[in-house]
Amino acid sequence: MDLNILIICYLIGSVTFIVGLKMLSHPESARKGNLLAAAGMAIAVLGTIFLYQENGEKLGNYYWIFSALLIGSVLGTLAAKKVKMTAMPEMVSLFNGMGGACASLISIVEFDHISHLLNQGESIHRGMLLIIFAGLIIGTISFSGSMVAWAKLNGRIKDFSFKGQHIVNLFIFAVIIGLSAYLIAFPQQITNALFYTVLALSVIYGLFFVLPIGGADMPVVISLLNSFTGVAAAFGGFLYDNPVMLTGGILVGSAGTILTILMCKAMNRPLSNVLIGSFGGSSSAESGKDQGTYKEISISDSAVVMSYAKKVMIVPGYGLAVAQAQHVCHELEKLLSEKGVEVNYAIHPVAGRMPGHMNVLLAEADVDYARLLEMEQANDEFPQTDVVLVLGANDVVNPAAKTDTASPIYGMPVLDVELAKMVIINKRSMNPGYAGIENDLFFQPKSSMLFGDAKTVLQQLVAEIKTL
Amino acid sequence: MEEIFSWLSQHQQMIYIVILSVFLGIEVIGRVPSVLHTPLMSGANAIHGVVIIGAIIVMGKAESDNLLALILGFLAVILGTLNVVGGFVVTDRMLEMFKKKK
Repeated sequence: MDLNILIICYLIGSVTFIVGLKMLSHPESARKGNLLAAAGMAIAVLGTIFLYQENGEKLGNYYWIFSALLIGSVLGTLAAKKVKMTAMPEMVSLFNGMGGACASLISIVEFDHISHLLNQGESIHRGMLLIIFAGLIIGTISFSGSMVAWAKLNGRIKDFSFKGQHIVNLFIFAVIIGLSAYLIAFPQQITNALFYTVLALSVIYGLFFVLPIGGADMPVVISLLNSFTGVAAAFGGFLYDNPVMLTGGILVGSAGTILTILMCKAMNRPLSNVLIGSFGGSSSAESGKDQGTYKEISISDSAVVMSYAKKVMIVPGYGLAVAQAQHVCHELEKLLSEKGVEVNYAIHPVAGRMPGHMNVLLAEADVDYARLLEMEQANDEFPQTDVVLVLGANDVVNPAAKTDTASPIYGMPVLDVELAKMVIINKRSMNPGYAGIENDLFFQPKSSMLFGDAKTVLQQLVAEIKTL
Repeated sequence: MEEIFSWLSQHQQMIYIVILSVFLGIEVIGRVPSVLHTPLMSGANAIHGVVIIGAIIVMGKAESDNLLALILGFLAVILGTLNVVGGFVVTDRMLEMFKKKK
């Protein structure tokens, strides 16, 4: 009877994952989809704790299990609630790493279990060995890769690559696969040392895999690692003949892969390009050129020109998020609207550090959704726009993407702000943005630089406009 | 080699689930607006926390003298819970922002 209820729990879990994921792909149902999947997860987990049986024996160690669940829940909730919106992709990577590590640990324990059996001379089914190794390798790579991605996004680690790294990576990978295949084919040769060698190599491979990839590409890498962990979870499902682990795992594995491809399309770069960390060679393309001079504009002039404009477009970027200036930005927008200026926001798909970053940021400031224009719409309106105010965005308004074939961002669709009558660019300094390249926009005749922290500058603008 | 084939036929239903789930995953993602890429990634992240079930089984089966299984299992359940709980809460926070406007 218990087993039958457990089967139903797993069925419910699997269905909620499928339906929940579907609902997550539409804005109206997204939130409910998330809650649905969470509910299904809870049912599957509780069902396992109380109803799972192996050879007629139920699970024990309830104190350990529940304390671990409690610790994890408290830590997880605190971390998730306290993190700033700008740190969201890091958290996703961190939690992904945790999942990968979990899969890896499961393999380690199961290996320990079967190695005792091997020592006693029992023969182990090769399928079992394959599953254990697969879970170990994929889970571990996902763990170390996700940790590097996390550290890169919060600035602890810089991009790092050395010559021939790709050869080294391939070599390490070949050894991992070769050694595992050998051990699976000849289980008598398995020793603890060799098993842990595979583990260690997987850790290293994960590190080297993510280390050379540029920070701006991290969301794509995290999405890929996300699908890896899904596959690792699926292998766990094979190990325990567990349909809900299998469904959840493979679903995320394939959905995650598609999502990764979609994200690459939004940046107009193939996945292979992203993974090779292609910023290595081409950043020299633009930096040697003589850029010309740029103009600066004062707060009072900016205030005047925007107040008397008919149409203003704001282009938010990472700088706005870092300065946490979204609320002041909204104030500026309202102030200008009261003066009869039409104000809209041009949202580039990869502005900020993750897709949707700007939407989330502005929604937090209660900006009316109707004012947020997607890139194509915005590009249609730039020729009729009097003033464009670029707030901490850089690569997404870089015209080199359209003209300079050597540029690392060549081919990426950008916002055509230079079509407007005037462009004011707010940045903290002339330092390059995330892609590390110079931006010709700053030196064009219609552009002026307005230096300063986004929040400070916006506050000053608001104060100035109030006096007009 | 035969071992692998016999394993495959023993687990054929699991294999059907895998194949169907792959296509399901592809279907379900379909046309996602770029604005939802990150919350979707976060939600999927939480869902693969289902690996915690394996960790619970490991912990639950561990005999009281098997320190390795107990400790690693304990750690694994904590990590898995972080993935699940953290994942769903973070996703909810991201989606909270969409609530009022729609």
